[in-house]
Amino acid sequence: MSRLKPAQILRNGDSVPLAEVTILEMDAFFTAVKQEAAAQGRVIALFASPAGDEFDLFALIAHDWQGTLALLRTRVVDRYPSLTPELPAVHLFEREIAEQYGVVPEGHPWFKPVRFHRSYSAGDAWGRDQQPLIPGDMDYYRVEGSDVHEVAVGPVHAGVIEPGHFRFQCHGEKVLHMEISLGYQHRGLEPLLQGKPGPATMQRLETVAGDSTIAHATAYARICESLSHTAVPPRAEAIRALALELERLANHVGDIGGLATDIGYLPTASYCGRLRGDYLNLTADICGSRFGRTLVRPGGVAYDIDKDRAEKMSKQLALVTRDTKGALALFFDCPSVLARLEGTGQVAMDDAEALGLVGVAGRACGLAVDARLHHPWGAYIRNFDQAVFEETGDVHARAKVRQREIVNSISWVNQALSTLPDSPLIERPGRLAPESLAVTLVEGWRGEVAHVALTDKQGAFSRYKIVDPSFRNWSGLAMALRDEQISDFPLCNKSFNLSYCGFDL
Amino acid sequence: MLKILRERFRQGYRTFPYLKKDPVIAERFRGRPQLPIEPCALDCHACRDACPYGAVQIDQGRVGIDLGLCTFCGDCATACPSGTLTFSRDHRLATRKRDDLLVGPAELQLAAALDERMKKLFGRSLKLRQVSAGGCNACEADINVLGTLVFDLGRYGIQFVASPRHADGLLVTGPVTENMKSALLDTYAAVPEPKLVIASGACAIGGGPFRGSPEVNNGIGDLLPVDLYIPGCPPHPWTTLDGLLRLLGRLERR
Ligand code: SF4
Ligand code: SF4
Repeated sequence: MSRLKPAQILRNGDSVPLAEVTILEMDAFFTAVKQEAAAQGRVIALFASPAGDEFDLFALIAHDWQGTLALLRTRVVDRYPSLTPELPAVHLFEREIAEQYGVVPEGHPWFKPVRFHRSYSAGDAWGRDQQPLIPGDMDYYRVEGSDVHEVAVGPVHAGVIEPGHFRFQCHGEKVLHMEISLGYQHRGLEPLLQGKPGPATMQRLETVAGDSTIAHATAYARICESLSHTAVPPRAEAIRALALELERLANHVGDIGGLATDIGYLPTASYCGRLRGDYLNLTADICGSRFGRTLVRPGGVAYDIDKDRAEKMSKQLALVTRDTKGALALFFDCPSVLARLEGTGQVAMDDAEALGLVGVAGRACGLAVDARLHHPWGAYIRNFDQAVFEETGDVHARAKVRQREIVNSISWVNQALSTLPDSPLIERPGRLAPESLAVTLVEGWRGEVAHVALTDKQGAFSRYKIVDPSFRNWSGLAMALRDEQISDFPLCNKSFNLSYCGFDL
Repeated sequence: MLKILRERFRQGYRTFPYLKKDPVIAERFRGRPQLPIEPCALDCHACRDACPYGAVQIDQGRVGIDLGLCTFCGDCATACPSGTLTFSRDHRLATRKRDDLLVGPAELQLAAALDERMKKLFGRSLKLRQVSAGGCNACEADINVLGTLVFDLGRYGIQFVASPRHADGLLVTGPVTENMKSALLDTYAAVPEPKLVIASGACAIGGGPFRGSPEVNNGIGDLLPVDLYIPGCPPHPWTTLDGLLRLLGRLERR
């Protein structure tokens, strides 16, 4: 391999003209991806983008402790040798590329559709020709044996939740294997984002996963700012981070309540259900929407938190904090609760690393993955040292990570409310640089949200790639269920609380 | 046990007396739009240009908004040079007919109650099966909230059930993706007659932010007969509760 410095080294929020990104020979590309991964690298995205009749393949590998992202690029026609056998973390990315563009990863050990939509290019990687495609129609992994039975759940589930299909291979109560088949929420988001960005672009990104509005909106806004070299005013950065932590609070508190519901511990269940709403209402105090819709805008934020509002919010937060601490203390002090959580749904650290788990699920297995720490942006730069890790990888660890992050986020919000820097709220971005690539990472409450955008000659998006943390973590849930009782599924599922729409796009 | 009791005492009683008191909603909340009463300058269409979904219609200077397409982003109000298009904090938005969602400066035709027979059947006990057919899950999140103790939906006899066979109707969210269409129709078929359909959120009514994607149906459309439309992206929980209670004839004099 030539030592032509194959990888472009970027940082979170950087953009680069596409002409400067070397197009490697296929072999050199795959060798480089493996080398980058072997050097404590973590694949955060692997995706294709049409280039004439062929396809550009881009890989982004994070070197967390250096705070860098290595960008690699090659060209493929309709197939390439699968990386998955050596690098399991890319297994879904390769399936996604195949489904989107009909480019086949040869030798992929688990080659199945992801979202059951038509290919964007001519060929279907599976040669499917039904009209319309039938979601969930694929060969499920099956365990043979006279005592083995199969349980199929979904797509429509029993609660007020999103659709998805789960297949369990069970021996008695014991789950030997669980397979997850999604795609029911597929709205065709990525193609919808192509073209000149406008107000609808932002709204579509705010609704990739509605509970992560601020995370996705921030990632998108930063893409625009990166491509237009816009400096976001510090007050806007502070408000964005504050809203991101409120989003984390609402969801983490809600999840603890959800766990309490699933194990029948009603006091915490009912308090946290209400408290989650109190955090959402704090977000609504800023922008009118409980989910933070319309708050983040390219170049800054659309709403200010003036002194009076900040004081009002601080007072309200103090009340909510007290109740939150009380509700959490009950839960984590109760021996029968702990007994139910400990040791359930364990994922080993090695498995978590191999699968590329991120966010709460990754940190619960001891993986040091938190973009706020390693790839800080905006208000987190030189200001965040509170990353939380647990080691046991079980339901308890996932609950514990949330509990500790709740405490940290409360103090973040408190601090932010009293120290908002003085500056304008928004610096409108100009034209986006043509023929460039930009990448942004934002640590949402569930985990790492990664956006990559490519622009065409006019500076419109020719490709917009979204990687929601759920895309990385659903395999973790499948892993957690191995050798567990099938009755533990709801609890394990809740402890991950992954997004269907964030995965389905 | 003592700890639990002490905490219960501290947390206090939090259920909101909805019918007796007006709910407290964030100051910047965007509810029912207030449209210019006088006709606007004929050459101004700033609001229409600002809307990404074509929800704003202007006829001879008279501005109307289709709440079925609107995501309440407020961009039209920001664009209005005369400041006569604004959003009020009125959370009551649900209607019985699709056409009623097209609002002008006049009062919004809020949902009327079911007819006597249906009201007799469902007025004191309504069991709903929720189906997510795409969307972003924020609609589901704010429906789930109705089960928390602040809203306590159960006290009105309304409940979300696990099986369509136990349900009196469906509450649908999402733009109806290609991949959920048949599951939605199957679920509807499994609900015993007579049955209701509620379209909740901009997505279910008109496709919401995903309107125009070839992967979605732009809402329920003609797939199912809709009895109640609840606008919003997502609808505020109070908007949903208000709509449900109106449908059941529990708010007739309000
Ligand atoms: S508030 Fe509604 S009508 Fe106004 S611009 Fe937004 S979506 Fe369009
Ligand atoms: S209407 Fe809005 S909040 Fe509801 S599912 Fe659609 S995008 Fe999400």
